[in-house]
Formats: sequence, C-alpha cells, structure tokens
Amino acid sequence: MSSGQVVKRAKYKTTVKDPGTTGVLKLTQDKFVFKPNDPTSANKLDVEFRFIKSHKHTKEGSNKPPWLNLTHAQGSYIFELESFSDLHVCRELVGIALSKNGEATKVISEEQLSAAEMTLRIKLLQENSKLQRLHKELVASGKLTESEFWATKKKLLDQDESRKLKQRIGFKNSLIFDTKPMSDGRINQVKFQLTPEIKYQIFALKPAVHQAFLNFVPSKMNEVDFWNKYFKAEYLHSTKNAVAAAAEAAEDEDLAVFLKDDDILEIEARKKVRWVDPTLDMEADQGDDYTHLPDHGIFRDGSKDIPEAQNSLYKRTLLQDLNRQGAVVLEGKTLDMEMENPRTVAEILARRKQETADGVPDEERRNRISMTPIEDLQEQDNHPFAPLCIKDPRDYFDSQQANAVKTLDDSQAGMEQMICNLGPEEAYGSLRASISKIKTTGLRDPLFSPEVALKVFNGLTKNISSAKYHLGKSSQESVLDILPNTTKEKLLDHWVCSQELLRHFWSSYPITTQNLNNKTRRLKDSISQIYSKLEEIKVSAKSDLRHQVSLVVHPMQQALDAALLHYEADIRKRNTRAPKPNGYV
Amino acid sequence: MTSAPSKLYADDVSLLVVTLDTNPFFWTTFSFPFADFLSQVLAFLNSILLLGQLNQVMVIATGCNSCRFVYDSTSDKNHGSTIGTMPALYSNLLHNLDQFVARDRQLASPHAPGTVPSSLLSGSLSMALCYIQRAFRSGPMPPQPRILCLQGAADGPEQYVAIMNAIFSAQHSSVPIDSCYIGSNNSAFLQQASYITDGIYYKPPQLDGLYQYLSTVFATDLHSRAFLRLPKSMGVDFRASCFCHKQTIDMGYVCSVCLSIFCEHHDKCSTCGSVFGQAQLDASAADRKRKA
Repeated sequence: MSSGQVVKRAKYKTTVKDPGTTGVLKLTQDKFVFKPNDPTSANKLDVEFRFIKSHKHTKEGSNKPPWLNLTHAQGSYIFELESFSDLHVCRELVGIALSKNGEATKVISEEQLSAAEMTLRIKLLQENSKLQRLHKELVASGKLTESEFWATKKKLLDQDESRKLKQRIGFKNSLIFDTKPMSDGRINQVKFQLTPEIKYQIFALKPAVHQAFLNFVPSKMNEVDFWNKYFKAEYLHSTKNAVAAAAEAAEDEDLAVFLKDDDILEIEARKKVRWVDPTLDMEADQGDDYTHLPDHGIFRDGSKDIPEAQNSLYKRTLLQDLNRQGAVVLEGKTLDMEMENPRTVAEILARRKQETADGVPDEERRNRISMTPIEDLQEQDNHPFAPLCIKDPRDYFDSQQANAVKTLDDSQAGMEQMICNLGPEEAYGSLRASISKIKTTGLRDPLFSPEVALKVFNGLTKNISSAKYHLGKSSQESVLDILPNTTKEKLLDHWVCSQELLRHFWSSYPITTQNLNNKTRRLKDSISQIYSKLEEIKVSAKSDLRHQVSLVVHPMQQALDAALLHYEADIRKRNTRAPKPNGYV
Repeated sequence: MTSAPSKLYADDVSLLVVTLDTNPFFWTTFSFPFADFLSQVLAFLNSILLLGQLNQVMVIATGCNSCRFVYDSTSDKNHGSTIGTMPALYSNLLHNLDQFVARDRQLASPHAPGTVPSSLLSGSLSMALCYIQRAFRSGPMPPQPRILCLQGAADGPEQYVAIMNAIFSAQHSSVPIDSCYIGSNNSAFLQQASYITDGIYYKPPQLDGLYQYLSTVFATDLHSRAFLRLPKSMGVDFRASCFCHKQTIDMGYVCSVCLSIFCEHHDKCSTCGSVFGQAQLDASAADRKRKA
C-alpha cells in the first residue's frame, strides 16, 4: 500500500451484463492501467484518476461478485476482482487517489462550476439589479475575480439553496393492514407483495411482529419462512374467519403470535389511557354516540364482523388499525437509512424504542402534572415581540449626518465638565430640603408665566420645522436628496462599490499566501481609483452643494484612507522584517 | 422597527413609567432648582392621570446608589383624595421620595471629589422593563406601556453594557423609551435609547417651561403619535464605551468573536476569552474599525 501501487488480476466489464475481459489491473496513485491477457483485445485501459468522479463497490456478503465500479463522465469502468480482499486493497487505493485528485482539481479549477451553481448565480444577478451593477463594476473590470466576488455573497447563494430544501419523506399514510393478497384466480395460491419499505412499515406498526422477528429470525426460522407465516396470518385476518384463525393458531404456536392481538400495543394503550384527564369519564362517553357500533359503523369489506366472544382474541377491528396507523404516522419516520436488511432495520427500531421508553416515566409524570389545564383552552402567552434589528442603514446615516452638520454649526456649546464641590452630606441635605419645600408650600401657582409658555411654544415650533430642514420631510428624504440625481446615483454607486472593496480588502489580512498578496495589491489600486473619483465628485459639485457633498464624501474617504494607510504600513513592515514567520509570504 | 400589533393593547390606555433623576450631586450643581423641576413633573404626572381614567403612572427614582419605585398610581393608598393641602399623588410621591433619598444617602460610597457621579439609569430602566413585563401579563388587554426618562446627570460610561442591554430588551418588547434630558450636554445613552426604541429624545432648552415641553411632546399616547409631528431626534451620538476602561471612544478594537469593544489592543478578549493570535497582532489595524 505504501508503495502506492497495486497489481491485481481482474475482469474488465463495460456493462454489468458484460461477461468481461480477463486481464491485469494496475493501480497507482495517479492512474490505473488495465492490460487484457489477450494482447489482441481492444479493451486496453490507461486512465488518470482525475477523470474519475467517484467509485462504488459491491458489499461483502451480498450475492454479487466483488466489483469495483469507477464512474467517469460518460459512464463507468467495472472491474470484477478475484476476491473481496483484493477489492478492499484496490478500493483503499482508489479512495486515496480520488481524494488527492479531488483536492488538486479543486485548486486548479477554482473557476469551474457546476451548471446549477452558475444558473443560480445568473438568476441572482438578474433578480437584483444592484448586485448586477456591482458585479459588472468589480468583476468585469477585473478588480475581483468571480469566485472572490461570490465568496462574500455566500449567504445569498445559501438562501437560494435552502429555498429548495427537500421535504423529508414521512411515513406512508396508506393502511399497511390492507395489504391485499393478489390472487390470479386460477390456482389456489395468494401472493403478497413485500418490499423493504413494507417490511419497515410492518415493524413500525406492529410491535409484536417486530418482537417476533427479533426472536425468531434467524435462530428459529429463516426470513422467508417468517414472512410466509406472517402473511398466512394476514390472510386469515382478511378472510374474516375468526374461527379458522383460532383453529390455525391452535395448531401452530408461531402463527398464534401474529393472530393474537398485539400485547405490546395493549400495554401502550393502557399507558395512554392513564394519561387522560381523570376528570374525563371514559365509561360514560362510551355510550355517547356511534362508538357502540363495531368499527364505528363502518363495515370493512362490506361484510359485518360478527362479535363472537370466544374468538374475539383473534379479531382486529378497523378502529384499532386506524388508531395504530395514525399513531405511527404522527410519530413520523424515524429511520433515515437504506432499508435493505430487515434484520438491521428491526434492530435499529428496537433500539430507538428503548431510547424513547427510557424517557417515558419522566414524561408520564410531566403529563400528569400538566394534565388539568388543557393546552388548547389556555390563553396564549406570547406577548408582542418585535425582532431585534439593526435599523435601516439609510436612517442611521441620516441620524449621523445631522450630527455632523450640527457639530459644524457649533451648536454644541457648553461642553465644560460640571464641577461639584459639595460633599455628599450637603448634596443630599439640599435635595431633601427641596422635597420638603414642595411638601410644605405645594406646587407653584401658576406653574410658569405666559411669557415662558409662548417662548416654549415658539421654540418647539421652530425646532420641529428646522428638523424638517435637516432631515428632510420624511425619513425617505435626506441630505442626499438635495443633490442632483446624477451626483446622488454616483455617490451611492461609489459607496456600495467601496464597501464591497473594503470588505474584501480587510478580509484578506493577514496576508499568508501569494494569492492574497496579489489580491490586496489589486484591491489597493481599485481603492485609490475610487478615492480619486470621489475627489472628482467633490470638486465638480456646485458651490452651494459643495459643503453637503464633502460631508457625505468625507466618511467614505476616511474609510478608504484607513485601508490605504494600512496597506502601506503592512508593505513597509513586511519589507523590513527579514526572517519571515511561519505562514507568511 | 415593526411596532407590535395594536390590538394586543388597550390602545387608549397608557402605562407611563417615569424614571426620575434624583442625583443630589447633579441637582446641587445644576442651575435649575430641583424643587421647580419636581413641581413641574408632578403637574405633568397629574395631567397624565387626568387624560384618561385608566391611565397608569409609575415613578422610579434614579439615585446615585440605588433605584426605587416611589409612586404607583394603581396602588390603593394612592387613590385617596386630598390629604391636608395636597392631592394624594403628590404627598405620597414626595413622602416616598424623601425616604428614598435618605436611604440612598446611607448607601453612598465615596467618589472622587469635585465630580458628579452618574445616576443609575441602567438600574431604573431595568426596573421599568420588569414592571412592564408584569403589566403585560396582568390581563388580556394590558395598557400600552412606555418609558419616560427624566435625566439630568451625565452618562456613566461604566453602565454602557447594562444600558444597551436594557435598550435592546425594550426594543424587543416594543416599549419606546422617551427621554427628556435636562442636563447641559446631550446624553448619548438616551439618544441611542430613543433612537433604537422609536421613542422621542428631546432636550428642552427652556427649563422653566418644562411642564409645557412634557405635556406637548411626551404626554401623547403611542396611538396619537402617528398623527403628530413631534421633535425628531437629530444627531444621534452612536459612540460606544470601551469595555476595559469604560471610556467613550471614537475608534477602537472590536473582538471578532463577541464584538466587545476595547480602546487598546489586548492579547485576549476579557469578555469571551478569545485569544487574539500573533497574526492578528500584525494586522491589529484590521480590527480597528470606526464604530458608527
């Protein structure tokens, strides 16, 4: 194995049915070569692993010969090896080779994408014109590569993925108890259909059969016998002949297991009855409606079940079947696996059941405690909750912007720190004095003079109308709306663009690979381009708007400045330092 | 912010929780006397109760060392009519306030002389929110709650985290925090609180007319606010306090794991314990981001 080469005798088949060409299969880490024993044969192979997509193999113990199946783009190569041990050796090597090649191909073909991925991206771009513009601006001009661009948009891609999330398949809703025997009517023979799916359903629905399977197979009988017995019992049920069923059961004790009512179900049912609110009188309810009729008055197969006391043990009602089916469907499909081997299915189910059973006493107690208040009738306890959110960036920007305006207006006078020279004693004393002053003298009457009231009124009016000037008429309007449309559009575009570039720029630090190094250089150039464009906008703005524009542009330029400064500093640092630490280029 | 569906509230009944700054150090240095302030506020509280018979008012005193409920309009003993010269509202509130101040005095811890210690705004906000949560659970149609902060003392940056948590919890339960700041500068905390919770921040310039500001700006219930043009807060100060020295900072370091804010570089995040590796040290400026 360590030599990285395996030579085995094998048969090469183009298809499963193909008898195959005998020869020698030679596997290395890079490729595999098949040389037929017959040198004239055309079935020579020399394939590199990078063309192989995946590999499959047959399982040991299955009835198939040891096959190794290597899938490539157009089809697959099937090799029949001499033994399973040979197969394992080959499989291991193929696994290593494929994983190695997989990595390599990933690195090489970074830009190669599956068609689905590509269409998804195109769709996203088409749906979002802003994204499209950004994509055009950054990718088309070579500032970012395609993959770099999408790396930060993973969320968008994922969102789309999750939208088409596959629904989990639940338990089949059809009644398994109604598995109808197929009879061709000519010979005295009935046929039941049995698939792994049906087997699983039977196990889930009938714990007794499940238990019996675990007990009997394969120690007492083989699987085929087991299912024969089971369906014989089923058939007896379907004929509605309780007498015959009882007779058969007496003859064959194994068969009796299937014919008797499910003990386990009974125990469970009894448990469930215990959970019912004790205030509910089940006995009284029984006589209430049609429940006294067998099968809710529905006659199965059109033939009425005749209640016969002595044989009732061997009788099942539709009601029981329906209830059980409903319970299992509600439990959901708990098994997510191939249902090839009924034995493993049965074992897993048993384990699952054990786990849930362990939790039962606890659950039971909880149920008892919470029994009296019925959930449906309870008042809903959900109070109105607003989701935590970061506000609209535009709104945030406006709020900030007004701040900048105000600071420039120098309206924030009186920044001096208050000085308190009083000790706590005096301070608290004077506070209490004021309280007792009100206590004794009462409120001032009048509270304030009409002059003050007028002043306050005027002040408030002025404040509200000036806020309108600063913030626009509504939250939708802002400083940006004062600007001409073209400038505004340009500014917004540059802002989006610079944000994207900055995100890429900062995320590529610390620089650990040559790739990142190149990327930052590229980004730095684009950043300086945008910087100069912003400068242009600032200069070209009309004189009356220049102040406003520069206010808007300033923070953007600051952010870009920080990036450029960092780039320079980083370059300098890396150049001066001779011994490079680990991982640095 | 999406406001809570109004049908869950009795939309014409308000629960107003007022936090009252009773920082003695602030009031003794401030130009506007506490007695005048208090009488205007008392008149305002009375008018809230007069606006609707079902309106509720809750007053929390915000001291330097403790906070306390000093008035609850739903309490039975506050329903009495005039006691002596004053309505029950005033005399009860004043009595409780006096007691509170005396108790707060006993809890006083020494502070640097010459400075004004900050009031425990975070504490009173938390108490207000707790009370509101209780009100939510009081019946099928709880009154519509809001908080009004009457604050004078400057922000205590050391309370940054606690206050921000209170603000976000208020936002989460759609409780607006109105703030009437009477101190000399603006309060960044209250600006942010009102901005985030969609409340009103206002700093009245003319304090002797405080009652009029309160009644025109803050007395309207949430339903009516939709129809009114109220002062908009402009110039919200979004600066944060660093977690290490509790200073308000413009630029700082942000932990990439838990978003804690620091004013200087640390090897390890003191909040979540993440170790900033060597690589980060070189790229420390990468963490340097302008907050806001």
